[in-house]
Amino acid sequence: MKEITFFGRGGQGAVVASEILAEAYFRQGFQVQSFPSFGVERRGAPVMAFLRIDKEFIYLRSMIYQAQAALVFAPDIVNSPTFRPSLKPDAMLLMNAPDKLENLNGFDVSYIDATSIALECGLGSTAQPLVNTAMLGAFAKVAGDLELDHLLAVVESKAPQKTEKNMAAVEKAFSSVVRFE
Amino acid sequence: MNRVMSGNEAVSQAVKLSRVQVISAYPITPQTSISEKLSEICGSGEMDAKFVKVESEHSAMATLIGASSTGVRTFTATSSQGLALMQELLFWVSGARLPVVMVNVNRAMAAPWTIWCDQTDSVSQRDTGWLQFYCWSNQEILDSVICAFRIAEELLIPCMVCHDGFFISHTHEVLDIPEQNQVDAFLPPRKAEYKLDTANPRTFSGGTMPSMFMEFRYKVQAAFERAQGVIDQTYEQFEQAFGRGYHAVEAYYTDGAEILLIASGSAASTVYHTVRQMRESGRKVGLLRMRQLRPLPVEGVLKHLTDGAALAVIDRNLSPGTGGVFTQELRAALHRNGVDYRVHEFVGGLGGRDITAADIEKICDDLENKTADPAGINWVGLNR
Repeated sequence: MKEITFFGRGGQGAVVASEILAEAYFRQGFQVQSFPSFGVERRGAPVMAFLRIDKEFIYLRSMIYQAQAALVFAPDIVNSPTFRPSLKPDAMLLMNAPDKLENLNGFDVSYIDATSIALECGLGSTAQPLVNTAMLGAFAKVAGDLELDHLLAVVESKAPQKTEKNMAAVEKAFSSVVRFE
Repeated sequence: MNRVMSGNEAVSQAVKLSRVQVISAYPITPQTSISEKLSEICGSGEMDAKFVKVESEHSAMATLIGASSTGVRTFTATSSQGLALMQELLFWVSGARLPVVMVNVNRAMAAPWTIWCDQTDSVSQRDTGWLQFYCWSNQEILDSVICAFRIAEELLIPCMVCHDGFFISHTHEVLDIPEQNQVDAFLPPRKAEYKLDTANPRTFSGGTMPSMFMEFRYKVQAAFERAQGVIDQTYEQFEQAFGRGYHAVEAYYTDGAEILLIASGSAASTVYHTVRQMRESGRKVGLLRMRQLRPLPVEGVLKHLTDGAALAVIDRNLSPGTGGVFTQELRAALHRNGVDYRVHEFVGGLGGRDITAADIEKICDDLENKTADPAGINWVGLNR
C-alpha cells in the first residue's frame, strides 16, 4: 500500500487533485481511497488531502500519519513543525518551487514551478493560481507508476471548464519537473 | 460498472436508482453533498422526482410524512443536530407506518460545536421506531439504501441507513454501480395498500382512545419482531441479483479467536484491517461487525461466542451515565437470552477522533493482559 499526502492552501485545488489522482490510479487498475483532511475548507488556510493506493481493497480508514510521498502545493508549509513528522524520513516530495529549498534533508525531492506553469496556461490569477493540474503532471513523471495518458484522460473528464488549458498544464509540468542532485 | 466516488455520491446514486418520487432535505455538514447532488439531478431532469426545498429538517420530515401518506417513495438525508430537530416526527413516521428511508451521516452532537464523526446522533434515536443500519464502505451504502426501500415498504417501518461523516461520506473509493434495469427488477414501484386518496377519503393517525392506542404500538413491535426475517430475505435476494451479500452480523477471523472485537461503521473497517494483520503475526483475534442496531442482531453474535474468548465492543458513541450504546444493548440482549458473558466496553473516536490500528492493538493487549476494566468504560485514546 502506498500513502500520499497533499499539502496545500484552500483554493489551490489540493482536494480535487487527490480525487483526480485517485481516479487516474483506478484507471491503471489500482484500488484507491482518497479523502480530505476532514475540515472546513477556507480560502488560504492550510489544507491536507490524502490518497491510499493498493492492489487490494483498502480497509484501513484512519488518517495517514507517515506518508511515503507528498505533493506540496504551498512550499511555506515545509516550515510548519508538523510537516516532517507527517512523512516517512525518506519520503518522496514534489515541491511547487522554482528553486531548491533548504531543510529537506533525507527526503527524495523533486521541484516543479507549478505556479508559473498555471499562470502561463491561464489557470487562475496571480493572486490565486490554480496549480493542481501542473502538480499532477509533474507527479506522474516522478512517481514512476502512473501513465500520463491515464492522468490526462481523468483531467479531461473532471475539468469541464478550461479543459485544454488544464491538459496543457499537465503536459508542460510532466516534461519540466526537475530533481537537484 | 466500477467507478470511483464518495460515500455521499454513492447515496445519491442509490436514491436515483431506487426511483424515489419525493425528496426533501435541508443542508447540514457532512450530509450536504447528498442533498446538493439530488437537488441538481432532480433539477436537470436526470431524475424524475420532486425535490422539495424546506427551511429546516423538521419541515423536511413533515414534507415526507405528507408525501409518503399518498403512497409514493420518499427519501431524506441529514446529520446530527438536523436529526435531533426531526425527532418528534421520527416517532410520527414510525407510528403512522410510513416507509420513509433516510440516510444519516453520523456526526457528533454539540456542544461543544463540532462537525466531525460519531454515532451519538443516530443511536440516541433508537427508541423512535426506525430500523437502523450501519455501513463500512461506499459500496455497502449504495446497496443498503436500495435494500432499505424494499425492507421499509414490506414492513411499513421507516429505515435509517447510517454512515460515518468524513470517514465514509467524503472518502472516494471504488464501487460497482448497478444498471437501472437490474435495480428495477429487484425493487419494483411501491404499492401502498392504504394511502391518502381524494377518491377514497380516509383518516390516518387521528386521536386514538386508550382502548385502542396500545394495539397500534403492539403492531409496531410485532413488525420489529419479524423484521430480521424480512431483512435477511431481502439481502439474500440482493445477493442473487447483484452478487454481493450482507448479514446482520458479519464475522471475520472468528475461528479459534481468543479475542473477539465488536464494531460498526468505518471503525469496523480499520478493525478488520488490523485483525487481518494480527492474524498474520499469529494472534488469535476476530471481528464481529454489527450492521444493525435496530433490530439488534443478537443471534448473529450468539452464534460466534465461544467459551473463554474475551469479548469487547468498540463504541463510537456515548450515552452519558451509561456508556456505549452498542455495549449496553448487547449486554441486555445476552441477558435476555440467558447468556452470562462478560462484555468489555471501549468508547473512542468521539467527535472525529481517529481510531487507529495502534488503538485497536492496544485494546487487544489490554484484553489479553487482563488490564482492561471488566465493568466500567475503557476509553480509547483519551488524554487526561
